[in-house]
Amino acid sequence: MSDHPTTYVPKSAFGKWFESRLPIAGLIHSSFIAFPVPRNLTYFWTFGAILVFMLVAQIVTGVFLAMYYTPNAGMAFQSVEHIMRDVNYGWLIRYLHANGASMFFVAVYVHIFRNFYYGSYKAPREVLYILGVIIFLLMMATAFMGYVLPWGQMSFWGATVITNLFSAIPLVGETIVSYLWGGYSVGNPTLNRFFSLHYLLPFMIAGVVILHIWALHVPGQNNPTGIPIKSGKDAVPFTPYATIKDIFAVVVFMIFFAYWVFYMPNYLGHADNYIPANPAVTPAHIVPEWYFLPFYAILRAIPDKLGGVIAMGSAIVIWCFMPWLDTSKVRSTAYRPLYKQFFWIFVIVCFLLGWLGSRPAEGWYVIASQICTAYYFAHFLIILPVLGFVERPLPLPNSILESVMGVQKGGAGIPAGANAEPHSKG
Amino acid sequence: MMKRTLLIAAAVLGLSAPAFAAGETPVPPQLKWSFQGPFGKFDRAQLQRGFKVYREVCASCHSLNYVAFRNLHQPGGPEFSEAQVRALAAEYKVQDGPNEAGDMFERPGRPADRFPAPFPNENAAASANGGKAPPDLSLMPKARTYERGFPWFITDVFRQYSENGADYVTALLTGYEEAPQGFTVPQGGHYNHYYPGHVIAMPKPLSDGQVEYPKNEAGQPQVPETVDQYARDVTAFLTWTAEPHLEARKRLGFQVILFLLVLSGLLYFTKKKVWARVGGEVEGHATPPMTHNP
Repeated sequence: MSDHPTTYVPKSAFGKWFESRLPIAGLIHSSFIAFPVPRNLTYFWTFGAILVFMLVAQIVTGVFLAMYYTPNAGMAFQSVEHIMRDVNYGWLIRYLHANGASMFFVAVYVHIFRNFYYGSYKAPREVLYILGVIIFLLMMATAFMGYVLPWGQMSFWGATVITNLFSAIPLVGETIVSYLWGGYSVGNPTLNRFFSLHYLLPFMIAGVVILHIWALHVPGQNNPTGIPIKSGKDAVPFTPYATIKDIFAVVVFMIFFAYWVFYMPNYLGHADNYIPANPAVTPAHIVPEWYFLPFYAILRAIPDKLGGVIAMGSAIVIWCFMPWLDTSKVRSTAYRPLYKQFFWIFVIVCFLLGWLGSRPAEGWYVIASQICTAYYFAHFLIILPVLGFVERPLPLPNSILESVMGVQKGGAGIPAGANAEPHSKG
Repeated sequence: MMKRTLLIAAAVLGLSAPAFAAGETPVPPQLKWSFQGPFGKFDRAQLQRGFKVYREVCASCHSLNYVAFRNLHQPGGPEFSEAQVRALAAEYKVQDGPNEAGDMFERPGRPADRFPAPFPNENAAASANGGKAPPDLSLMPKARTYERGFPWFITDVFRQYSENGADYVTALLTGYEEAPQGFTVPQGGHYNHYYPGHVIAMPKPLSDGQVEYPKNEAGQPQVPETVDQYARDVTAFLTWTAEPHLEARKRLGFQVILFLLVLSGLLYFTKKKVWARVGGEVEGHATPPMTHNP
C-alpha cells in the first residue's frame, strides 16, 4: 500500500493536522482511490470484492446467531430450532449464515481458478498467492467447525470422522485427537472448543485478508493479458472505475445468494443434520459439505489411512508450490494454447472428484477416484513443469492497451479530457 | 478406543459394506404441493386437517417437541383462532412447578406451552414401542430425503424442487403392503415399499375412514377420507411444523430479489456512464492470432 506515492492532500486544517499524525486518509486514498487498476479486468476480478463482502456478511450474521445459540451438547440443537422458530427473523439470519458459507466457497473457488487460468500466482505475486492459500485453509477449518455447531447427526459424525483423521499421524496422532475432542470421543467439550474457535478464526481470516490485500497493492493486479501495466494508458484509477464495477458485481452475486436463502435454503445441507446428534446411531453415508467433496474423494482414494490424510493435505499444500512448478514464462492462459486444454481438463477432474466424493466408496467409484487423484497430482507435478518447456506460447501484445483496443480502434487510447490521470508506474 | 478408531477409519476408507444398496429403494412419486414454488403457500384447510390426523393418529406415539399451541394461531400456519387454540391447549394436562411448597403439579395447558410428549422420556418411548423410540415429528420433512442422483440434483435447483422430504414422508405413509414372495420380514418389523431396506418398526398407521374430516353442506366430507388424503394432509402439516416461516420466507425472497434486480440494473447503467469517461469498458484481451513466435 505504501508503494504508491499518494496524491492525497488534506483540504481542511483538521485534515492536515490529523494526516501529519496518522496518515490513514492518505493510505485509503492511495490504496482504494488512486490505486491504478488494469483497464481490461473482467468480472472474474470482482470476486475479491465479493469475498470481502461474504466475509463481512458471515461475521455479521454469525455475531447475531451467537447471541441466541447455546454451545452445549444437550441444548445446541434446540437453540438452533429456537432461532429458526421464535427469534424474529432468526430463520433469515441462520439461512443467510448457513448458505453464506456455501456462497463464500463458490466465490473463493472462482477466485482460485481465475488465478490458475491467468497465472496470477507467478512472480512477483507469490507471497500474495500463498497468503490466499492460507486464507483458504482457514476458511476450511472455520466452515468445518461451523457445521458441527448445530449438533445434528451429520455435525456429530462429520466431526468424528474428520477429527479421527489426525490419529493417523504417527506418535502424536492420538494425543492430538484427544486434545481436539477434549476427552475420549466427540462430545460437549468438543462442541465448546469448536464454538470458541469458530468465533476466533474468521477474525484471523480478516487479518490474513489485510495482508493479502497489502501484498496485492505492491505489484498491483494481474489482468487477462498477464502483462504488467506499462503506462498510465493501461490503467484507470480504482475509484470510481473498479469501485462501481465491484459494487455492481457484489449486488448481482447477492441475487444468486438470495435465491438459495429464500427458495432452496436446505438444498446445500444434509437432511441428516435435522436429526439431533446421536452417538449410538451412525448415518448410512457420512458425507461432508459440497465444498469439501473433492478433497474427501482424494482422502478415500488412498487405501491407507495415513496415506489418505497425506494425499488430502498435499492436495492443497501443493498449490503453494505452483509459482515454481509452473515453468512457463507466460502468465495468461490466453496465450498458452496447450495449457488452456490442460486447464479445462483439470477443472473437469476437480468436478469429477467432487461428485465422486459424494458417492459411497465402493466399486468403480473407488477406481475412478484413484484415477482422478493421480491426474490431480500429475497436473501439478508433471504437466505444469513440462508444459513450460514444450509449449510455444502465442505472441504477447506490447501493452494492455494494444491488446484490448490497439488493433481494432487504431490506437485510440484514452480520449482527451478523460478523468484517468496518468500514473508513473503500475 | 483403538477399536472404534479403526472402525471409523474403515468407514472413511470405504472398507465396510454399506447397510443397503441405494438402488433397491424405490423413488417416491413427486406430488403437487400448495407450498411448492416461489409463491407457494400452505393450504389452511389442509393444515387443519393434517393437524387433526397428527392429533388423532400420530400423537399417541410421536412427540412434536418444538411446536407450541400458540404456533397453531400464528400467521402462515393452520391459523386456528385464538379461542380455538386456548380451548385446545386446555384439553391437555401440562406438568408445571415447583410451586411455593416445592411440589410439581399438573395444570391445564396454555397457548404458550409446547405439545406434551406422549412419553416422559426416550427410554419409556422405546420400551413401549418394541425397543426403538418413535422419532419426534417436528422436523420430519426436513430430516428425511431420498437420493436424487445425476442430473436431477442439478435440475432441482432451477425448478426449486425442495419437497423431497414431503414426497418421501407421504410415500412412506402410503407405502405399506404385503412383503413380496421370498422376503422375510423380521419379528416386530413391517414391510414398507419406500422405507430404505423395506423393514420399518412402525406398523401401518393410517387406514381409510379412520379420521373424520369436516363436512360440506351436503353432509359429505370436503375431501376423501382415504389413506392417501390423510398422508398428504399430515405431511403438509408436518412441513409447516418443520418450516413455520416458509410463507414469510418466500414472500420476503420475492421482494428482496425484485429489489436487488432493480438495484443491479441501476448500478449497471451507472457503471456504464462512469466508464464512458475513459472511452467505455474494454475487457479481457484481443484474441491472439494463432501464429507462433518465430
